[in-house]
Amino acid sequence: MPSRQLARHRRYEMHEDNLAIVSEPATTGASPSSAAPLLEIRNLAKAFGRTSVLRDISLQVAEGEFLTILGESGSGKTTLLRIIAGFESASSGEILMGGERLDQLPPYRRRVNTVFQHYALFPHLTVAENVGYGLKVARLPKQEVATRVEQALDMVKMTAYAASKPAKISGGQQQRIALARALVNRPRLLLLDEPLSALDANLRRQMQLELKSLQREVGISFVFVTHDQEEAMVMSDRIALLRMGELEQVASPREIYNRPATAYTAQFIGHTNLLSGEVKDGVARCCDLSWRTGLRDGPGLFSLRPENIRLAAGTGSGSRVRFRGKILRQAFHGATELLQVECADGLALSIRTASQENWSGDVDLEFSPADAVPVRASEIRPAREQI
Amino acid sequence: MSRERTVPTSRWLPWHAVVVFGFLYLPIVTLIVYSFNGSGVGGFPPHDLTLNWYRLLFADEAIWTSVLNSLLVAFAAMAISLTFGIPAALALDRANFPGKALFRRLVLLPLILPGIITGLSLLMLFREAGVKLSLLTIVLGHGTALISVATTEVFAGLQKLERAQEEASLDLGANYWQTFWRVTLPNLRLSIIGAALLIFTLSMDEIAVSFFLIGRYNTLPLEIWGRLRRGITPEINAISSIIFLFSLAAIVTWYRLRVGAEGKPDPVL
Amino acid sequence: MFSRAYRAAITVPPLLWVAVFLLVPYAILFCYSFWSVSSSQEIVHSWTLDNYRQLLQVNVYWQTLFRSMWIATRVMIFSLFLGYPLAYFLSFHAKRKDLLYQLVIIPLWVSYLVRAYAWKTILGSDGVLNTLLQYVHLTRHPLDFLLYSPFAVVLTLTHIYTPFTFLPIYAALEHIPRNLVEASHDLGASPFQTFWRVIFPLSIPGVLAGATFAFVLSLGDFLAPLLLGGPSGIMISNIVVSLFGAAYNWPLGAAISFCMLALVLGLLFLSESLEKKWSFR
Repeated sequence: MPSRQLARHRRYEMHEDNLAIVSEPATTGASPSSAAPLLEIRNLAKAFGRTSVLRDISLQVAEGEFLTILGESGSGKTTLLRIIAGFESASSGEILMGGERLDQLPPYRRRVNTVFQHYALFPHLTVAENVGYGLKVARLPKQEVATRVEQALDMVKMTAYAASKPAKISGGQQQRIALARALVNRPRLLLLDEPLSALDANLRRQMQLELKSLQREVGISFVFVTHDQEEAMVMSDRIALLRMGELEQVASPREIYNRPATAYTAQFIGHTNLLSGEVKDGVARCCDLSWRTGLRDGPGLFSLRPENIRLAAGTGSGSRVRFRGKILRQAFHGATELLQVECADGLALSIRTASQENWSGDVDLEFSPADAVPVRASEIRPAREQI
Repeated sequence: MSRERTVPTSRWLPWHAVVVFGFLYLPIVTLIVYSFNGSGVGGFPPHDLTLNWYRLLFADEAIWTSVLNSLLVAFAAMAISLTFGIPAALALDRANFPGKALFRRLVLLPLILPGIITGLSLLMLFREAGVKLSLLTIVLGHGTALISVATTEVFAGLQKLERAQEEASLDLGANYWQTFWRVTLPNLRLSIIGAALLIFTLSMDEIAVSFFLIGRYNTLPLEIWGRLRRGITPEINAISSIIFLFSLAAIVTWYRLRVGAEGKPDPVL
Repeated sequence: MFSRAYRAAITVPPLLWVAVFLLVPYAILFCYSFWSVSSSQEIVHSWTLDNYRQLLQVNVYWQTLFRSMWIATRVMIFSLFLGYPLAYFLSFHAKRKDLLYQLVIIPLWVSYLVRAYAWKTILGSDGVLNTLLQYVHLTRHPLDFLLYSPFAVVLTLTHIYTPFTFLPIYAALEHIPRNLVEASHDLGASPFQTFWRVIFPLSIPGVLAGATFAFVLSLGDFLAPLLLGGPSGIMISNIVVSLFGAAYNWPLGAAISFCMLALVLGLLFLSESLEKKWSFR
């Protein structure tokens, strides 16, 4: 509903104004659509012994949504997934699906299926038997099992391998079978635990697109776990960034990229330059650079993406910030290059620009004040909090 | 990080485990208890608790002579088994030769074959070769039978050894023999010690093969066996209890060595 | 990577030893089974099939062999029945796996003789069990069948070989990746269905190995019957022992031994090929 969307934006404006810790829309992961969410996680926490792994997680998954839980290793993302699947139980909090308590059910009674990281295909069963496993266990009639297995294999284009054993097919093919095996049961929610991490780069990129279109086709909500931020951005409707057991930000890929809430988010997703400076009378000052900002007086931290710093053309136009920098290093990335530039006062910045053979000496650079996005500082949290 | 189990346990499963452990240990516990029983090996409840039997045991010369014999045999068998078992493990791991499959089976056969067949076939060999039965024949019998233990343990240790370490040694200029002494052997140290411990214990307890190869001098198990034919007293309980304690110490030590080497032992012999 | 000298050094000595002390003795055993013994207790090196003919014709040998196989079968079944659930419990449900595993293998290495002797003292008519039962007034007279019977032999051998059976089953269960169990639950299978459809099939090689151990080793056992079997508990190996002892007919004993060896090798071969069939690695 429009008013809700607007409220989100307005609250974001508030955030700029006050630099206060505003966590609601950015981190509760409330479902963007107005319809009742498929899955609701409320204040979930998990500790193993005295080590806390997840803290106060509240998240919603909408119907038909592709949500990615993104985080480094140790962030708790796999634990969160396993709790939703039912292989771990939460220390506190609850999970609801369709309004009913999910976390009180054992895994074999949840309408949730998982694609495991190493596929977990049954080595003693053929591909077809693997795919039909869930249906056989539910005691569906043979004919129905056969039909649905055929459809599922067709959907992942593995019909020719129905009689093979998992040991005989490649990693990418095993991954498709794992997918088919989960989807054939028509779950309400599909969980994917870093399913592409074992594939090589090219195959991975291909599978990312295939998974995305498959999800659109099938219409089921996908909750995808990965540590690869590029992967998350390519595939997701929304990304939930998890850091050390807490949600850092939950937003669409564009939102998270263009409007990161914290320094950690800005650095984890894509490259950025973090400018720390002083705000006084509506002007932010960082080393030799200064630009207009709506923030109140005090210290400020800004994220400036390398691609938003451009080579200055012609004479400066009013609002843009212009400065001179000396090129230290360049890294060739194909279509673009990443330049390391040193400005007056020793400030080092990364610039991303179109490739050019010889860079040398000093260049004139500029950026727009709107691209300097204010972010919250990320405290160094203790790795494993003792409770 | 230990994972919780959300899979419910069957109720009877732990009880079954208790029953099995009881079955495995009650006879041994009974044995130990009755070694203190003044009035004999049977009879319930045990009363008349006494250390008498142990006193008798320690004065029993024949037993201690047989213990000495057993120790000699065990050390000699250990030497033979390791001397031939270590190269055998190496050969199985890294050499290809005609008859390798047959060799592997032959080496491991005494482990699974009933002792009587090993014992009898060796007996016939000695008979035909004109060798008189003595402690030496027992040593040869144990050594042969226990090569399989040495081979299995060292082979398992070899699997954990990174081939790259040996390649690095060769790359750095050491030749094959230097590499063997400086890299391979030290890595196998724990496996070899474990194997030695195991061989020693098994040799001390061995009776099936020794039964056929015995000459004038008894090993400990055979001495006990002889007593059993004559008459049973709790003195036998006493020596059995002591054997149990030593075996217990040996096996726990072996296990800890294994765990120390690999973090968690492969659950095979 | 390894030089010829190195490879020769590690191959030749063990090969030689094994040839001299394993191959040659089996060959001699084989030869002996074709010889005979003269009336003056001399072994005659003349070749004859007499011994094997005797085996086939004399009843006592057949009956004892079948009785031995029946005893071995019972030991195998009971060991599996005791060993499998224990291995499953340790592998999937136990908290102090390490400690419990040690507890299982300790009896394995305690002397066979000690354990057989322990049962002898327990099962006798004046033994611990009988006097206990009378003490608590469950029985009034000692139970006869406890000792000097096939029952005693089966009981003792089960006690001795259960840890043997446990080991390969435990190894097989430990090798099952736990994510397969989770996958099965994820797909809707209850714990029992998961056991039956996933865990058990993948543990079959271990079961085969453990069963073979128990059967083969029980079949050739002669010590337990000597100690606890009595006249009704005689097994085939006891016959062989007496043929090498008082009855003094080495060739006949060799013939029976050779048959046993052939039978055991056949069973091992069968077990191995079945294990391969059921291994999905």
